[in-house]
Amino acid sequence: MSALKISWQAALALVFCVIAAFTLPLAGAEGSNPFSLGTTFTIFALVGLAALISAMRVTDALAAVILFVGAHGAAWLLLAGIAGNEGAARAPFFLLIAAAWLLAWRCVTVLSALRPKDRAVSTFLRLLIPTVFGAWILILWEAITRGAGIPFVLLPPPSSIGVRLVNSVPVLWADVNQTIFHSVIVGYIIGCGAGFATAILADRVPFLRRGLLPIGNMVSALPIIGVAPILVMWFGFDWHSKAAVVVIMTFFPMLVNTVAGLAASGHMERDLMRTYASGYWTTLLKLRLPAAAPFIFNALKINSTLALIGAIVAEFFGTPVVGMGFRISTEVGRMNIDMVWAEIAVAALAGSVFYGAIALVERAVTFWHPSVRGG
Amino acid sequence: MDRFRDKIIPVTTLLAGLVVLWYVFAVIMNAPVQRDMDRRAGEDPRFSEFIGKTLAQAKPTLPAPHQVATNFFENTFTRKITSNRSLVYHAWVTLSSTLLGFAFGTVLGILIAVGIVHFIALDRSLMPWIIASQTIPILAIAPMVVVVFAAIGVTGLLPKALISTYLSFFPVAVGMVKGLRSPEILYLDLMHTYNASASQTFWKLRVPASVPYLFASMKVAVAASLVGAIVAELPTGAVAGIGAKLLAGAYYSQTIDIWSALVAGSVVAVLLVTLVGVAGRIVERSMGGRPA
Repeated sequence: MSALKISWQAALALVFCVIAAFTLPLAGAEGSNPFSLGTTFTIFALVGLAALISAMRVTDALAAVILFVGAHGAAWLLLAGIAGNEGAARAPFFLLIAAAWLLAWRCVTVLSALRPKDRAVSTFLRLLIPTVFGAWILILWEAITRGAGIPFVLLPPPSSIGVRLVNSVPVLWADVNQTIFHSVIVGYIIGCGAGFATAILADRVPFLRRGLLPIGNMVSALPIIGVAPILVMWFGFDWHSKAAVVVIMTFFPMLVNTVAGLAASGHMERDLMRTYASGYWTTLLKLRLPAAAPFIFNALKINSTLALIGAIVAEFFGTPVVGMGFRISTEVGRMNIDMVWAEIAVAALAGSVFYGAIALVERAVTFWHPSVRGG
Repeated sequence: MDRFRDKIIPVTTLLAGLVVLWYVFAVIMNAPVQRDMDRRAGEDPRFSEFIGKTLAQAKPTLPAPHQVATNFFENTFTRKITSNRSLVYHAWVTLSSTLLGFAFGTVLGILIAVGIVHFIALDRSLMPWIIASQTIPILAIAPMVVVVFAAIGVTGLLPKALISTYLSFFPVAVGMVKGLRSPEILYLDLMHTYNASASQTFWKLRVPASVPYLFASMKVAVAASLVGAIVAELPTGAVAGIGAKLLAGAYYSQTIDIWSALVAGSVVAVLLVTLVGVAGRIVERSMGGRPA
């Protein structure tokens, strides 16, 4: 066995490096700030050395670190160097970005194959791998939009979206306050509460349950979002109409899931409760609701996304001059695409935080469930 | 007759109750406007006349069920289907982008699932993002996609279909990953003892095992796809489609039109989900599955 065991990603990265070396310079003459010789050399050295060293007989952990440093160092230098050269990047620039990306891919592959014994390290890896993936989406996006000079109105680079985000915090905060803290939260609480109460009622009255379940299942396939214009007419332009849309959208998932969850406790356990002579409400509180908790939390999670969508889309039908949906639709009209992306980033963040908060509560409440225990 | 007693009677009773409730609310919600109109016209109708009038307004706050039904029937069956007042025409516009997006989304979802099942690096780097993206209000980008594509000269079907694709590939990808992983160790070991190659294991064990999961997630995906197509029609002031019909109704306060567009959308949704369900049952039966 030879000393080298080169992966196809590293080999391809080296090939790209060689082609790039013959087609220099990195950026065309029309750019105002060409890459210096030193920078170019450093980029080549980072990519080439990382590819070569990772192919030698080093431990996997060391290879991963070297690949990580090489790929991201090269990417950083390339992106930093593109300033002033927007739209002037030539083939070697993209070849080197591709080479760095291949190295990062190799790095992730090596990391995925690691089986660390330490719990903390394994958690760290579980977070690091998707982070690298996400970072590379941003790097490639930045490199392509700025390197190829894609018009700003089509797709702004992530860096300028970030700048826009930081510069318009007050506006974004006002939108979040209107959409999240009024429409979404109020609608979510009322909708989920009503769905839950109806589910308990349906549980007491079997006739109601048999009638409601098929209807609830069918409604979940319908484009409920279409009621938004009607509710905007009824409740006016302010957040009340958006909250009403959210109530309708969150009601049925909660109803269907809770009814399913209340049927989840086993016969044995229910019989046990009967031998304890416990009544309907005691059984409900001590046995059936805890058993239904995973289903209820599932509905809460589904609803967290639905609520955001409902509130934002309802704002397309008319709002006061504030709100995330309003901002998106007007800024699109004014071709301020970076502001739209900033708003989307905020919406994504808000959605993830909302979901994450519910998931945390779920872990605390259903600590006994196999999916949480990990058993 | 168990099915009759357990399902049909409760559902019909409940639906009938809903219709009655709808009429009551229609009278209550339309009454203030009607009283105002009568006062201006100097009329003082009897109670029964008044009720009749509240249920026959041209632009009611809440149209009565029979008004919606009449409007829906007129616009569906009595108009030429090429006329832009025909609901069939609008439903067809929405349906075509829904189906295109749904087809793209399903193929994309299956491809991603196959990749995730076979490459551990893809599983560990992509899967968290797929799950995280479920928490993001994706529909919010719909107007931007449509407008940006219009800016580079791509209009019509494609941008709408892209949004449908985006909405429908998540359920399929997640469902297919689950489905392709559903064969138990026992079966995988059996394939191993047969000396089956990776592709044989894939085609003869994993794919058949994933079919029920595929159709279950396709039902979710087709509904999401329709919602995507409808929302994509909202921002551009689109000329045709159920979403455009909703928006036009909202602008001109044509409440009856909005409601009948909603009914049309619901009919399309139910048809699509039923079709996918039937297709799933046929495929399962032809593969030798027995109804459980």
